[in-house]
Amino acid sequence: MKQIRNWILGAATAAITAGGSFSAQAVEIEYWQYFFEARVTAMDQLIENFEAANPDITVKMTHFPYADYRTKVAAAIPAGEGPDVVQLFYGWLNDYVQADLIQPLPADQFPVEKIEAEFFPMVQAMKRGDNYMALPTAVRSLALFYNKRLFKNAGIDGPPATLDELVETAKKIAQKDGAGNITTVGITTGMTGQDHHWFREGLIRQFGGDPYTDNYKSVNYNSDAGRAALKYYTDLEDVHEVTKVGFMDEAQAAFKAGRAGMHIDGSFRIGALNKVRGLQWGVAELPAAADGTKSNYSSYWVNAVTTKAQGEKYDAAVKFMAYVTSDEAMQIWLDTVGELPAKPSAALTETNAANETFGPFIKGLEYAHTTIFANESGQRQIMVDMISRTDLEDQSLADSLAAAAEAEQKLLDEYYQ
Amino acid sequence: MTLYKNLTISQKQIVWAWCFLAVPAVFYVTIRFYPTANAILVSFQDWNLLGTRTWTGIDNYVKLFNDPVFWKVFKNTFLYLIIGTPVSLIIAFIVAYQIDKVRFMHGTIRALYFIPFMTSAVAMAWVWRWFYQPVPVGVFNNFLATLAIPQIEFLNSTTNALPSILAPAIWAGLGFQIIIFMAGLRSIPQTYYEAARIDGVSPMATLWEITLPLLKPTIVFLVVFSSIGFLRIFDQVFNMTTNNPGGPLNSTKPLVLMIYDTAFNGFDMGYAAAQTVVLFLVLLVVSLLQLRILRDR
Repeated sequence: MKQIRNWILGAATAAITAGGSFSAQAVEIEYWQYFFEARVTAMDQLIENFEAANPDITVKMTHFPYADYRTKVAAAIPAGEGPDVVQLFYGWLNDYVQADLIQPLPADQFPVEKIEAEFFPMVQAMKRGDNYMALPTAVRSLALFYNKRLFKNAGIDGPPATLDELVETAKKIAQKDGAGNITTVGITTGMTGQDHHWFREGLIRQFGGDPYTDNYKSVNYNSDAGRAALKYYTDLEDVHEVTKVGFMDEAQAAFKAGRAGMHIDGSFRIGALNKVRGLQWGVAELPAAADGTKSNYSSYWVNAVTTKAQGEKYDAAVKFMAYVTSDEAMQIWLDTVGELPAKPSAALTETNAANETFGPFIKGLEYAHTTIFANESGQRQIMVDMISRTDLEDQSLADSLAAAAEAEQKLLDEYYQ
Repeated sequence: MTLYKNLTISQKQIVWAWCFLAVPAVFYVTIRFYPTANAILVSFQDWNLLGTRTWTGIDNYVKLFNDPVFWKVFKNTFLYLIIGTPVSLIIAFIVAYQIDKVRFMHGTIRALYFIPFMTSAVAMAWVWRWFYQPVPVGVFNNFLATLAIPQIEFLNSTTNALPSILAPAIWAGLGFQIIIFMAGLRSIPQTYYEAARIDGVSPMATLWEITLPLLKPTIVFLVVFSSIGFLRIFDQVFNMTTNNPGGPLNSTKPLVLMIYDTAFNGFDMGYAAAQTVVLFLVLLVVSLLQLRILRDR
């Protein structure tokens, strides 16, 4: 009995000593993201490369379903548990900073001037004071997907370059049955998808407006430009009759089914479209305004060092941040996930810019704007309701736009109060 | 320990009974009453799930009272209740009353009515969502189009959407209500019916004077049960309107969906908790009223 006890004691001591010496050599940091298969695969590869280059650091990745993600992060970090490096949506940055969940990136290793010179300009939304709080590996933008077969059948050479050409192209593609019900749309519409971004940052700017002022705290689209943009958008259905909101339930479903000539969507749709057999599709930049003005919307997920990371874990976390924001990491992310590199140096390489699929998205990044949302789904709902009011309640465009602007301002005021 | 030894056998039995009863009681207190109390507390606070909670008094309730969307949603919730409960009960009773008389393939017919109740609400909602689509995909509208009848906007309409969503919800609940009604019908002693027949009472009078009064406990149970169900409707609405939850223009949004949206899209936990407290009070009042009105005297 005594022998066994001694043996256990000895083994335990050995284990503790071994563990202790091990931890003196290797620092383990935790990385958290939400579960999306391609993202997890890409991150596995990044971690592998990072560990090979930094044998004294190990990175443990944990992922959660998107629905639980925020709650888990919020509960873990203040308790001293959870991630040292965390992934978050750019729109959540304010909440994370205010809740003291993340800490600034050190200015000596992430100097502001260098980031501003190297990254696409929309990343500047991540700056607080003299430091950057978080940085993306990849960004997303919008482009015009088009159905090559429908284009060929209608005798159209290529995707429209301007907004007026878009209307003409759509007219050639749209088809109706004998009763006048639309059966193939020229272009999909519906603010529930990506169209609310196209409207906010694309159309309004292209019609000469500025959708928000005061760093996205004040709504500014209840203007001539806003009304012109809304008229252009609703005319597609009401005047030109080339589309119908809610056609085939979802815009992307209609496009996948080959029942839509054109469809505006994000780069994240590429993977899903690749899986559709028999669909011949192409990608083009969003159409420019008559005067050549181009505008696009970009969004992204960022990584940040949490307040939990201290001492040697902090140093390791900063090293990891440096790696995941390197050109190499960005190229891996593009190849695995299909999301665009956040730096022109990685994005605008000759192969990437010439890529038929990614090229138009990458070009879009140069003139993209990033809306700073207070509550993205709430603000999208306001756009959805704006269209519904004109559609279902016969409200005039001007009144509906004014009501939307008022509702959105109220939402922003409540958030920033 | 000496205290326990001094007890009589029957007292010891009581102590043990309470020990076993304590398990579910403790369980219930921790997973039900503690969160409920916490929700009531949060409803007086401002909290975005990440930061600290700050005390705001009755601000959330004032905001709720002045929110036109809340009143719209409140009205919708009661429309689901006021249309859903009577319609489903009447249909269920008629079906149960008839099935009860049918001998031919009785089990099969009963099973057919019960299957929708066992089907996942999510799957069913998506199938009905497809039925309701406009041409060229929707089943109903394609059928109408072949008959050269103009399309009906089922879901994309501020007036049709709520009944359209309610219809599959009623249909799905029928199976359960029919089974309960049939059990109720079977429990009425046949002697009453025999006596009525001997006295030459008309079938209609038998229904009004014997069947319905004796079914009262069953009806009370079903009214309360289905009212709570309709006041808490969520799955069907959310799944049939995922792109525009509770839309168009909030015309189908029930209170539970508003709570979900406020909490997990807006991250305004205080406001969501205030809505939850209101829902709790509504459920309480409605249930108490129904029990009182339909109570046996």
